[in-house]
Amino acid sequence: MAEHEVATHEADADALASDELLVEEVSIDGMCGVY
Amino acid sequence: MTLAPDAPAGDVVSPGRLTDLFQLGLDAPICLTWELTYACNLSCVHCLSSSGRRDPRELSTDECKAVIDTLQRMQVFYVNIGGGEPTVRPDFWELVDYATAHQVGVKFSTNGVKITPEVAARLAASDYVDVQISLDGATAEVNDAVRGPGSYATAMRAMQNLSDAGFRNFKLSVVMTRQNIPQLAEFKAIADRYGAQLRLTRLRPSGRGADVWDELHPLPAQQKELYDWLVAHGEQVLTGDSFFHLSAFGSALPGLNLCGAGRVVCLIDPVGDVYACPFAIHENFLAGNVRDAGGFETVWKTSELFTDLRKPDTGGACRSCGFYDSCRGGCMAAKFFTGLPMDGPDPECVQGYGEAALTSLAGAPSAAVPRPSVDHSHRTTRAVRNAPVPVTITPRLPTPSRPPAHDCDESPLAGFAAP
Amino acid sequence: MSVAADSAVTFDLDRAWRVHPQVSMRPEPFGALLYHFGTRRLSFLKNQRVLAVVRSLEGHPSARAACAAAGVTEAELPAYTRALAVLAESTMISERTPHDPRT
Repeated sequence: MAEHEVATHEADADALASDELLVEEVSIDGMCGVY
Repeated sequence: MTLAPDAPAGDVVSPGRLTDLFQLGLDAPICLTWELTYACNLSCVHCLSSSGRRDPRELSTDECKAVIDTLQRMQVFYVNIGGGEPTVRPDFWELVDYATAHQVGVKFSTNGVKITPEVAARLAASDYVDVQISLDGATAEVNDAVRGPGSYATAMRAMQNLSDAGFRNFKLSVVMTRQNIPQLAEFKAIADRYGAQLRLTRLRPSGRGADVWDELHPLPAQQKELYDWLVAHGEQVLTGDSFFHLSAFGSALPGLNLCGAGRVVCLIDPVGDVYACPFAIHENFLAGNVRDAGGFETVWKTSELFTDLRKPDTGGACRSCGFYDSCRGGCMAAKFFTGLPMDGPDPECVQGYGEAALTSLAGAPSAAVPRPSVDHSHRTTRAVRNAPVPVTITPRLPTPSRPPAHDCDESPLAGFAAP
Repeated sequence: MSVAADSAVTFDLDRAWRVHPQVSMRPEPFGALLYHFGTRRLSFLKNQRVLAVVRSLEGHPSARAACAAAGVTEAELPAYTRALAVLAESTMISERTPHDPRT
């Protein structure tokens, strides 16, 4: 099927792709299923 | 129930996407909604929990403390307390204090009815209690049409009291509707005026929301407008990750961008029932009860429902769509309560597949839309509202010329006819 | 979600670090969750080794020593440094000062 090109994050040439990050951060409000 | 990863510790294998990590399950929810009571002084037309009347089987104060003890043991960092209107419980403050004294952070959601200057001062003095004021219109006209006469004034008064008491960054939480999306700038201005952080969330057809969904849910053009506005405001404006279905418009909004139900979040309701999420109060999404042997911890770790929800999502009818990876097929509750199949598009799919699916549903008259199993609405009808709101269920006209799409149709375009 | 700082934030591997006192650490099958009660931010440590490094920071004279003790190789060190930089920037970890009893 057609490859999805939708970016889910910014990744410049030098930074690691999200896949390779050992630490990721999110707000405590970043989870769906909460009021 | 947790599975040890096969790969050795360290990064011999790439850590992978964050969302993939949850395939192994979590030992505890990250965030949890706890509805303390079904009692409420209001009768909002779209109430996700169909609240109004107290349930006589409500958890007692001691039972609530036992739940908090469990949450502490499980290291649940943060609990979102709501209802109904949680502050109407006589033991509300006792429970909040108990939670914060036991390493469980609290944010409680309120219509503001009990946020007096004294209460605001007490809250401002606590580091571990956050407050969220609900408001669904930037003007009384728009707000009170949904939340009832006087509710706008109540919320404003509460926010003034919090602001005067020096409470910074409490949350102003809005459910986005067709009627209030034109007021985005005004909502931001209100939040700024009171030193609050704006939070915009998605209307789901849950609880009483099912009855007003057709009239209140945003139009496609409004969804785009909302998405663009959220992107422009970045992390300044919270969303509770409730708009991940809009990620198909472009880059993802901040947050995990996935359905957390049963995976990273869940709901404990006033009688101790554990549901996958607050928008799915229905027996199909009931995992157990905290009064069962083993309590909440056992329900979270071993319930059949949650085990099932934690299985990898294959996408179903959406997997051939190029945007599936962004939107993940949208909201389970939105699909369920509009009668759509769980393995197909969200009713508000930005590509329009949801709309198409709903239209073809209309051609299958035998399919009844699920109703909430639990309804604590006030029995009397609401007093006259400030502005007329049509609260009728719009009949979906059948289209006999087009055969209904089969649930197993793999093509997301099944049943879709070009305009 | 913030990607690792590719900006000028540099992380000093040779200083002594520790987990911020307002942070709660919860091991998970994949690694760990860290929650900062002050900032209300959540960090995901995406493997067991980075958790081992973070946990052991307090007991080592430097972050570099903690990494080495956890088995981080030279090739892997840049990725772990970046991870620690992310944690430092959000104050999940902070430098140990001479006032800290454990220094």
